[in-house]
Amino acid sequence: MSAPDYPTTWRRPPQIIRDRRWRIAFQIGIVVYLILAIGSVEVNWARVYTGLERGQRFVLGFLQPDFDTRWRDISRGLIESLTMTLTSTVVGVAISIPIGIGAARNIAPRWIYYICRGIIAVSRALQEVIIAIFFVAMFGFGTFAGFLTLSFATIGFIAKLLADDIEEIDEAQAEAVRATGASWGQLLNYAVQPQVMPRLIGLSLYRLDINFRESAVIGIVGAGGIGATLNTAIDRYEYDSAGAILLIIIAIVMVAEYSSSYLRKFLQ
Amino acid sequence: MLFLEGLTKTYKTGDAALRDVSLTVPKGQIMGLIGPSGAGKSTLIRCINRLVEPSGGKVLLGDVDLVGLGKADLRRQRRRIGMIFQEYALVERLTVMENVLSGRLGYVPFWRSFLRKYPPADIQRAYQLLDRVGLMEQADKRADALSGGQRQRVGIARALAQDPELLLVDEPTASLDPKTSRQIMRLLTEICAERGLPAIVNIHDVPLAQQFMQRIVGLRAGRVVFDGTPEQLTHEALTAIYGAEDWNEMRRGDEEQTRAEADARDRMAALAR
Repeated sequence: MSAPDYPTTWRRPPQIIRDRRWRIAFQIGIVVYLILAIGSVEVNWARVYTGLERGQRFVLGFLQPDFDTRWRDISRGLIESLTMTLTSTVVGVAISIPIGIGAARNIAPRWIYYICRGIIAVSRALQEVIIAIFFVAMFGFGTFAGFLTLSFATIGFIAKLLADDIEEIDEAQAEAVRATGASWGQLLNYAVQPQVMPRLIGLSLYRLDINFRESAVIGIVGAGGIGATLNTAIDRYEYDSAGAILLIIIAIVMVAEYSSSYLRKFLQ
Repeated sequence: MLFLEGLTKTYKTGDAALRDVSLTVPKGQIMGLIGPSGAGKSTLIRCINRLVEPSGGKVLLGDVDLVGLGKADLRRQRRRIGMIFQEYALVERLTVMENVLSGRLGYVPFWRSFLRKYPPADIQRAYQLLDRVGLMEQADKRADALSGGQRQRVGIARALAQDPELLLVDEPTASLDPKTSRQIMRLLTEICAERGLPAIVNIHDVPLAQQFMQRIVGLRAGRVVFDGTPEQLTHEALTAIYGAEDWNEMRRGDEEQTRAEADARDRMAALAR
């Protein structure tokens, strides 16, 4: 008795576009578009050539960073930046928690849900630099505008991720707490908080180092801190001081990165 | 004493999970609820404490009708009903003690539960219950550090901390090995006997049900098709409940489970409102 004739080849069925001709046409279309798009970018090679020399000085500044000449400016900028980072993260997270709870579909009433998601959308849609320009225009140059900018940006970030996290909690645990006759607040405290707390702390630490990096960027548009110092150094063509500032930023971000990942591991 | 009268549940999808179920569970009786997946067992016990909202009928616990109670009244009545879950449903990151004390949530104001400052009597009672289920030494451990059998015993202690007048038990042994299952069932029946506590135990395992239950109710497609002692559960009775190996029922079971979960989620949203 012979076995039935089973096929010896198998191909993974196409997942998105079923028709082979359409698939090939689509792939060719993408390649053609890419070629045309890259071709449309204008490059001024003469300008690139002169720029190379400036670039080289910039890199050399990095290799021979000058911490001393502008040390007073640098240290003031750093302290401003760190203060701004820490305060804005604390304030931002504190505001994010109620908004994040309100934006979780499974525990918030519908109308509150829409309001909170709206706040998050606004905060996420506006990039830090744009908000910084707005706040600088409103409150003048300096760290206060920077503090407000970073707090505002933190809300969009933390509240959204917290809300998504709450929506993914284990419902069985919540059901069990509800079955005891717990109120809404108790449900939040006993079933939701223990499930989302480690991640909330991790996200806050992550946001802390994002805020530090952002403080360097928004300083360039006038929101104070190390960014303002960096901007001044570049404007004066003091690439060695600028190099020193960038190295300090990198070092601080790395320290923050390692210590927060250590803390997160410890919290699990 | 619990009376169910004409209890009906139709899910939003139009599927009838319970059709006109009437039952009386007297004080001290341990009643096993058996039936194929999708027969409405989980829906039935969740309709009693309204984790799932019944579409019609009455649920009388003592002389209070639980159907149609407002939010605050429902919370007060839920304290009287302890519930034990299939996958334990402990709050994993809280300590064993906090899990047991969470049985008191319906009794204490928010600030007490938030600061973990429970009244001395509650704490004493929680220790007493932990001792009863043999977990005195584990009080300060996190719930996720315990084994399956230990977790289910914490679940039992939590339900008892409510000082309930009725226990609802949903597949208590579904994720346990045969030996642990028997230990848990023995513990449950002993505790119910000690306190004269009525219980409805939703159970898959027919031999286990016959061994430990005083009365067995068979549910099929949302209707009561058997109600009697374990001895009366003959081969014919089992066929009446489960059908002659009806595989379609199993698929319906998964659907019912999904619907019950979806409904419970809606309820949670409603609670928030």
